[in-house]
Amino acid sequence: MEPLVEVAAPLEAAEDARARREADTPHSPVVRFGPEAPLKLDAGVLLPGLQIAYQTYGEPNAARSNAVLVCHALTGDQHVASVNPVTGKPGWWETLVGPGKPIDTERFFVICSNVLGGCMGTTGPASRNPATGSAYGLDMPLVTIRDMVNAQAMLLDHLGIDELLCVAGGSMGGMQVLQWAASYPDRVRSALPIATAARHSAQNIAFHEVGRQAVMADPEWHGGHYLQHGVTPHRGLAVARMAAHITYMSDQALHRKFGRRLQNRELPTFGFDADFQVESYLRYQGESFVQRFDPNSYLYVTRAMDYFDLAADYDGVLANAFRGSKTRFCLVSFTSDWLFPTQDSRTVVHALNASGASVSFAEIDSDKGHDAFLLDEPELTAIARGFLDSAAKAAGLPAVRTR
Amino acid sequence: MSGPVTLPAPALVNRESGVRTDHVVVADMVAAGARVLDVGSGDGALLELLATTRGCDARGIELSREGVNAGVARGLAVVQGDADVDLAHYPDDAFDYVILSQTLQATRRPRWVLEQMLRIGRHAIVSFPNFGHWRSRVDLLLHGRMPVTENMPLAWYETPNIHFCTIRDFVDLVEVMGARMEKAVALDSSGHPVRFNLPWSVWNLLGEQAVFLLTRKD
Repeated sequence: MEPLVEVAAPLEAAEDARARREADTPHSPVVRFGPEAPLKLDAGVLLPGLQIAYQTYGEPNAARSNAVLVCHALTGDQHVASVNPVTGKPGWWETLVGPGKPIDTERFFVICSNVLGGCMGTTGPASRNPATGSAYGLDMPLVTIRDMVNAQAMLLDHLGIDELLCVAGGSMGGMQVLQWAASYPDRVRSALPIATAARHSAQNIAFHEVGRQAVMADPEWHGGHYLQHGVTPHRGLAVARMAAHITYMSDQALHRKFGRRLQNRELPTFGFDADFQVESYLRYQGESFVQRFDPNSYLYVTRAMDYFDLAADYDGVLANAFRGSKTRFCLVSFTSDWLFPTQDSRTVVHALNASGASVSFAEIDSDKGHDAFLLDEPELTAIARGFLDSAAKAAGLPAVRTR
Repeated sequence: MSGPVTLPAPALVNRESGVRTDHVVVADMVAAGARVLDVGSGDGALLELLATTRGCDARGIELSREGVNAGVARGLAVVQGDADVDLAHYPDDAFDYVILSQTLQATRRPRWVLEQMLRIGRHAIVSFPNFGHWRSRVDLLLHGRMPVTENMPLAWYETPNIHFCTIRDFVDLVEVMGARMEKAVALDSSGHPVRFNLPWSVWNLLGEQAVFLLTRKD
């Protein structure tokens, strides 16, 4: 559990500088594409000088048939199974990715890249605009989930990976998985979209809008040009994160963790201090988030999720997105996830059934809400292991080493 | 690996292979390499048998979360869903065979489910416990009680089986639906097929379970 802090700590200059540095020269490999290879964006413009920051784990086999692409969620990054250079915390999906884990780095060549629009080394609003020499800010064109996936495809081309054994991800990562299967069916042998949806719901767009408005209402946002002013709208971004964090948990989980317990005090203060533990926890979540995430990047990436509606690109019929697909799918949802409820996954399952694709779907009983996909859920581990094993077997990879 | 799974009816298992005898009878009715949907796939044992021994592209629907998770963890393509609802989402002719193994009596709308099966697949294979078996009749006749047998071990207030039928009842339904009956096998209490070609009335007495292969009349 996260430590509970009483008061919002002031933004530490050193950490801020470290986070800023990651946008252009991250602590991970990068590939920079020259002006001759711009990325064509859904917004109808070309993005020249694309930079993609990524991590890899394990080794490709001789046939290069053991690559697994992991797609990260809204505020994730490429450091899926290694220490995060900004926070010093372990990789964000070490429950599923690592030696001997279901996405076994001793068996598979695991790739994870920072998404387009992100702030950890892939081109985003905090990155230097090659045309001006200073950060893009709002001059960065809007990006979509499909743009993110097309950028990842450029990375795979660069790495010499034609075909992916599996593409896996939760939440926004799951949206990328679905987009991968739709855009590049011949490159995806199996797909593991977790706690996700084929389109962002009105309620979820609404929550994102609250977050964006919080950022933009902070006077230090300066119309998106805060970097030129040497400040950052950290208060607005912290509020955005606090609101979002509530949506990642369930009522039961909040109750179990905090109840109505008071924070280091016997009685309420009759003021607006963080009397309750849940308030203190949210303040901590907000404050620690602003130390690692760029506010404009938050606007861009939430917008990409809002725009996601996979069926819209296929005459409004989701099944058409997967017509004739040879990809094997496995979808997972969680009972207490109200951000991406089971019905969203079921809609995708029905579309896959209608398109004749091979699909598994399991709903896991958990009270941890949307966050469950990032946490230690034994059933998720077992399902992911079984699915990856069968995908590896179908691809003719050697059986799993006995440990 | 597999968690606890409640099957509609426990079935007899071949001691050497560990395979359920009714599963073997079902698998024998399926052409090698066929596309198969198993409705109510339990822990995935039949799917695994079809995939490994018949080379089938076998997929399942299962209501219980434990069954689905066990099946997916075994690498099978199983979807959590309800036969009474979710069959409607499959397109026509998506499969060669749709199997309903020991599940018909637990559906809310048996006829609708059978019609969906013959829409989704050209063939349907249905196995069910026969309520016309002599022991069931004896229970009712002599004791005046709903039968509780090795294959139907739960009391009436606990069983998921809500639509019991006999072999003759089922044959009538097949006629009403206008499907063609390709094969019928009655299994005796030891799980072996009743070998002799006998009239329905005798099969209805001796068969503790029945397995039917139906084909859509086009």
